Amino acid sequence: MLVLRKFLRDIPAVLGAVIVLGVVLLAIFGPWIAPYPEDAAASHLLRRLRPPSAAFPFGTDNLGRDILSRVILGARGALKVSLAVVGAAMAIGVPLGLVAGYGRGILSEAIMRVTDVFLALPQLILALALAQLLGPSVESAMLALALTYWPFFTRIVHTETQRLRNALFVDALQGIGASTPRILFLHILPNILSPIIVRATIGLGFTILVAAVLGFLGMGATPPDPDWGLAVAQSRSYLPNAWWFATFPGLAILVAVLGFNLLGDGLRDLVDPRLRRSR
Amino acid sequence: MAGFVLRRVLLVLPSLLGLLIVCFLLIRMVPADPAVALAGDNATPAQIEAIRRSYGLDQPIHVQFLRYLEGVARLDFGQSQFSSRPVAEDIAQRLPATLELTMAALLISVGLGVPLGVLAAVNHNRWPDFVLRVVSVAGVAIAAFWLAIMLQMLFAMQLGWLPLRGQLSAGLTPPPGPTGFLLLDSLLVGRFDLFADALRHLVLPAVTLSLGGLATITRFTRAGVLDTLQKDFVFYERASGYAPRRLVWIYVLRNSVAATVTQIGLLFGGLIAGAVVVESIYDWPGIGSYTVQAILTADSKVMLAVTLLVGLIYAVVNILTDVAHALIDPRLRDRA
Amino acid sequence: MAMPVLEVEALRVAIRGDEGMARILDHIAFRLETGRILGVVGESGCGKSTLIRTILGILPRGAQVGGGRVMFEGEDLLAFSEAELNRQVRGSRISFIPQDPYLALNPVFTVGAQLLETMRRHRHGTRQDHRAELVRLLRRVQLPDAEAALDRYPHQFSGGQRQRLLIAAALACAPRLVVADEPTTALDVTTQQQILLLLRELVEETGVSMLFVTHDLGVVAELCDDLCVIYAGQSVETGLARAVLGSPMHPYTRALLACHPDRSEGFVGIPGAVPSPLRAPPGCRFAPRCPEARQGCPARAPQPRAAASGRAVDCILYDPVPVEAVS
Repeated sequence: MLVLRKFLRDIPAVLGAVIVLGVVLLAIFGPWIAPYPEDAAASHLLRRLRPPSAAFPFGTDNLGRDILSRVILGARGALKVSLAVVGAAMAIGVPLGLVAGYGRGILSEAIMRVTDVFLALPQLILALALAQLLGPSVESAMLALALTYWPFFTRIVHTETQRLRNALFVDALQGIGASTPRILFLHILPNILSPIIVRATIGLGFTILVAAVLGFLGMGATPPDPDWGLAVAQSRSYLPNAWWFATFPGLAILVAVLGFNLLGDGLRDLVDPRLRRSR
Repeated sequence: MAGFVLRRVLLVLPSLLGLLIVCFLLIRMVPADPAVALAGDNATPAQIEAIRRSYGLDQPIHVQFLRYLEGVARLDFGQSQFSSRPVAEDIAQRLPATLELTMAALLISVGLGVPLGVLAAVNHNRWPDFVLRVVSVAGVAIAAFWLAIMLQMLFAMQLGWLPLRGQLSAGLTPPPGPTGFLLLDSLLVGRFDLFADALRHLVLPAVTLSLGGLATITRFTRAGVLDTLQKDFVFYERASGYAPRRLVWIYVLRNSVAATVTQIGLLFGGLIAGAVVVESIYDWPGIGSYTVQAILTADSKVMLAVTLLVGLIYAVVNILTDVAHALIDPRLRDRA
Repeated sequence: MAMPVLEVEALRVAIRGDEGMARILDHIAFRLETGRILGVVGESGCGKSTLIRTILGILPRGAQVGGGRVMFEGEDLLAFSEAELNRQVRGSRISFIPQDPYLALNPVFTVGAQLLETMRRHRHGTRQDHRAELVRLLRRVQLPDAEAALDRYPHQFSGGQRQRLLIAAALACAPRLVVADEPTTALDVTTQQQILLLLRELVEETGVSMLFVTHDLGVVAELCDDLCVIYAGQSVETGLARAVLGSPMHPYTRALLACHPDRSEGFVGIPGAVPSPLRAPPGCRFAPRCPEARQGCPARAPQPRAAASGRAVDCILYDPVPVEAVS
C-alpha cells in the first residue's frame, strides 16, 4: 500500500499509467468507440482531405477516411505488435539470461558474447534488413523486431541473476538438492521480476516506435491497415496543405510511446532505491 | 595509456569478426536466393546458374565467408548492385556527410542535455524536474520521421526560413576541399556563402537527429547528479561553504558525468540508426540514405559493409569513451 | 560571564517522512564556551547528525525547526538565510570535520583544488598566500610531504592522512567554532589516538572552540572538557566531562556507562530499544526503559537547561520536590 501511495504521488508516472490504460481500452473497444469503424477499409472519394471539423475532428485522409477513427483503430495493431514482440523477446532473452547468469562455464560465456554482438548491431538497421529480406509484412516486422530485442532482456537478467547467484537462499536450495531449473524459474526468476517488468514496459513503448518506423518506410503494415506510421508516410504527398493528415497519426504514436515510457520510468523509480527521494 | 588503448583495440577485433559472421549468416539464411534477385525477373535458369557461379554463390558458405573476409582485409567490399560502384568508394564519398550530421546532432544533444539534466536534478521533485522529465521522455518517444515532417512543414514549407532538403542549394557545387566535410572545406577555401548555405541545410536534420540523444543525455545527467548529490563529499562541500553554483556545476557535475559519457558512446549506435531515417527524409547524401537504398534493393554487399562500418564506429567510440572516463576520474588513471 | 560561542536552547526539529512527522530533536540544550571542547554523546539514531545539520543550516528537505534557538556568538543561526549562512558562516566562522575521511573528499579533484576553494571564498589574499598558509597548516598537522600533497588526489592518501587533511581544511579559514562529526570512528585505534592528540593541541594553540559529536564515551573522557548526553533527541545530562563520567546522575547516563566495556566488570546492556522518533513516548523518552521510572515521567515535559560548567540533569528524580508531596 505504501508503494501504491508513493507511486500515486509521482505525477508523470500516473500520467503514463492513465495513457497506457487509455491505449489498452482503445485497442480492445476501438471498433465500438470509433465514429466511423468501417473506415478501416472503406474509402469515400467524395470527401477527400477535409480539414478537421465537427464531423471529422482530425479531418479526413487522401481516401476520404476519418482520421480519428483510423487513429483509434490503429491502437489495436500497435499494441498487438508490441505485445507479441516483447513477449517473444522475453521468451528468448529471459531463459538465456538466467542460464548465462547462473552458470560459470563456456556456455554462459558464449551466450553473453553472442548477446554483446547483437547489442552492438544497430537494431533499426538490422530490423529493416530482416524485414526486407523476409518480405515486407507485419509478421516479418514482428519477427525482425523480436530477433533484435531479446538481447536487452538477456543482459539485464544476466546481471540480476549473477547478483543473486551467491545469495543465501540459493545456497540453501542447492543444499537441499533442488534442481537447477527449479532454482532458476521458481526461485530466482520471481526475485528479478521487477527489473524485467520495467524493461518490458519501456520495451513496449520502444517497439511501438520502431514498428511505426518500419511502417513508415513501407516494411511493416500494408494498406489499407489503419497503421499510424503508414499514415504519416502516405500523408507526405499532401503536405503542407493537409497538415492534419500527418499530424494526428504522429501524435498518436508520440502519446502512446510516451505513456509506456513514463510508466516504465515511474516503475523504475519505485524499484531502484538508488534514486529514491532525498534522505 | 598507449598500452591501454592498444589492448582495447585488440579486444575489439573478435567482436567485429563475430558481427560479420552473424550478419553473413542472417543474410544467407533468408530464403530469398541472391542469385535470383541478381539475375532479374526474366532470367532463365541457366543465366541464374551462371550468376551463381560467377559470384561464388555455389561454394559452401564458409568458403564464401572466407573469400569475403579476404576482400575486407584489402578494403574491398565488393560492388554495389544499385550504384554499380565499389562499395568502399561509395562509403568513402558519403561518410563525411553523415559524420557532419551526427556530430552536429551530438553537439546539440550534449550542449543542451547536460545543463538541462543538472537543472532537473537540482530541482528534484519540483516542477522544473517534472517538466523536464516529461519533455525528456517525450524526446525518446517522438518518432524521428514524424518530427522531421513536422519541422519541414513548419520551417520550410510554411515559414520558408530553412531549406526543405539536401545538403546544399541547387546550383551550388561543393568546394574542392581536402577533407570532404562540407562545412570544413568551405571554410578552408574561404567560401563563406557556401558555409552559410550548408549550415542552413544542416539545422533541421541535426535538430531532428539530436532529439533522442538530447533526451537520453538529460536523463542520465539528471540521474548522475541526483546520485552524486547524496554523496558525503557534497555535504562536506556544502558545510565548507563552497559557492553554490561552483559546487553544482564544477564539483558535483564532474563526478556525475561518468554515466553520461557512457551514454554518449552508446548514443552513436542510435545516431547512426536515426541517420537512416533522417537522411532519407531530408535527402541527405550520407550513409543512412545509402543504407535505405541498399535495404530496399536487398544489396547484401552494401548491407554487410555498412554493418561492419557501424560496428567499427561503435567500437572506436567505445574506446574513446573509456579514454574519456580515465581523463575524468583520476582513480581509473592510476588503475590502468 | 563571557558570551558562549554556541548556545543551543530548547531546540526542536522534526522531519516529515512517508509515515508522518518524526520528531528527531526534542528539546536539546547545551552551551559551549570559548576555547573548550564539548562532547555530544548519544547512541546512533539519537539525532546527532540532525543536530549537526541544524547548526550548519543544511537540513534535509521536509525538515522543520519546531522551536528553540541556536545562538552563535550572540546571533541566532536559525534566523539566517541560506545565502547568509553560505557566505558568512559555513566554512568561515564555523567549519566542519566529517566522520568518514574516505568519503568526504571529492574523488576527482586534487586535494589542493578542494582546500583552496574554501579559502578563495572566505579569505582575503592571493592564491599564493593561500597555498603558503595551507602548506604551513599541513605541516602543522604532520602530513608528510605537505608541498606535494596539494597536487595529489584523495585516493592517494591513507585514511589517517586524509583526516589530517580535513583537520587542516577545518582550520584554514580561522574559524570560531569547529563542528566535528565522529572524526575518528573510521580510523584504526593507533591513528585514532594520534588524531585526538592533534585535535587537543590545535584547540589549545588556536583558541578555537569545538563541538565534538560522538557515540564513544572513551573518546569523550580523553578529549572533552564538557559533556552533553543525548537520548532519543533529548539532552538528558550536561556538565563537566570529568564530573559527569565520574558520577553520572541521569539513569540513562548511568546505564550508558555501565555498558562501556572499559569500566564495568559485568557488561550490562540496556533492556529495550531506542524509540523511533515517529512513535516517541510522551514526556521523558527514556522512561519506558528506565529502571527508576515513576508514574510522573510520561507527563513531565522536558526542561532543558543550559548549564555553564555546572551540572544539569533533566530527570524527574532531580526535580525539586513539590511542597505538597512532602506534607
